[in-house]
Amino acid sequence: MKGEIISIIICMGIVTYIPRWLPLFFLTRHRLSPWLIDWLDFIPAAILSALILPSIVTTGEPRHLEWAKPDLWAAFPTLVFALKTKSLAGTVVIGMTLYWLAVYFH
Amino acid sequence: MVSDDFDVKKEWRKAIKEGISAAWPICLGYIAIGLAFGVIARKTGLRPLEIGLMSLIVYAGSSQFIAAAMFGTEADFLPIVLTTFSVNLRHLLMSSSLSLYLRNLSGSQLSLFAYGVTDESFALNMSRFHGGKWGWRQALVVNHSTNLTWILSTVAGGIGGQFIPAGAFGIDYALTAMFICLLVFQLRRVHHVLVAFFSGVLAVFLCLMIPGNSYILIAAFLSASTGLLLRKRTWRKNETEGNR
Repeated sequence: MKGEIISIIICMGIVTYIPRWLPLFFLTRHRLSPWLIDWLDFIPAAILSALILPSIVTTGEPRHLEWAKPDLWAAFPTLVFALKTKSLAGTVVIGMTLYWLAVYFH
Repeated sequence: MVSDDFDVKKEWRKAIKEGISAAWPICLGYIAIGLAFGVIARKTGLRPLEIGLMSLIVYAGSSQFIAAAMFGTEADFLPIVLTTFSVNLRHLLMSSSLSLYLRNLSGSQLSLFAYGVTDESFALNMSRFHGGKWGWRQALVVNHSTNLTWILSTVAGGIGGQFIPAGAFGIDYALTAMFICLLVFQLRRVHHVLVAFFSGVLAVFLCLMIPGNSYILIAAFLSASTGLLLRKRTWRKNETEGNR
């Protein structure tokens, strides 16, 4: 089992590294068309939003909507704080504190 | 680029300073999440050495959490590796976006850079690249200082995690809060806001309908494409203004 865990970890590493490496290695060596550049420009906002929203309004397995999660309620003031201050560290600290309070009083 | 040793050293020193002063909030979040991961991984039977190896070799938070849970259920080799692959496939899009700013690097520099592409380092570096005054050295420092923090925190969580009560200090929310602020960094124009909104709503719908994590990739792909159409339309409208 010991050897097996290590070999699983190594294979996990390989399949994680390939998608990270492939576009960097090849796209930097070609001229990209303007529409592809525009498309890639939208990717950060799209991915982050697709990561955040499901995690704060759904729960369980199989997943279902859950509006009463403290995750969602802490998100609003955290978002306002982030918009106002643009401070990453501040947002992390405020978010964690608000969530902690939200869970406590939930 | 021709520059002597001294200049390179000076540039690196500057990059390390700027990189770390940009990355420390991410490190803060990673300490919280890393400790939490260490605790959970330890509970599922991974030893601190294995936890450290996983953080070093895989270095992808969410897939490590999922893998730890699967180790706990005695899942087989293939399901764990395939799940890891599908969860981390989204890096494909991130590396594609980053490639716009890393065009002058050598193959080995790119390979080193690729290792450190995470949701957080990607989002931070992209917003910095966009603001100008950001180079690949600074970006690499962000990648590797956060990586080191992650490895150390996960191992620390594996060793001493039993002393941290579950859910303490809102640790579970560090990642979400970090994502929220990183998203704010990306909202430069109204198109980005629309794309983010569409992507989030679409992701919620998709994640309710299809199991697994493919919803992230599909939602991001479709909404970025919608954003592209939207931008094209605005251009055309501007060009034909007055004719309509």
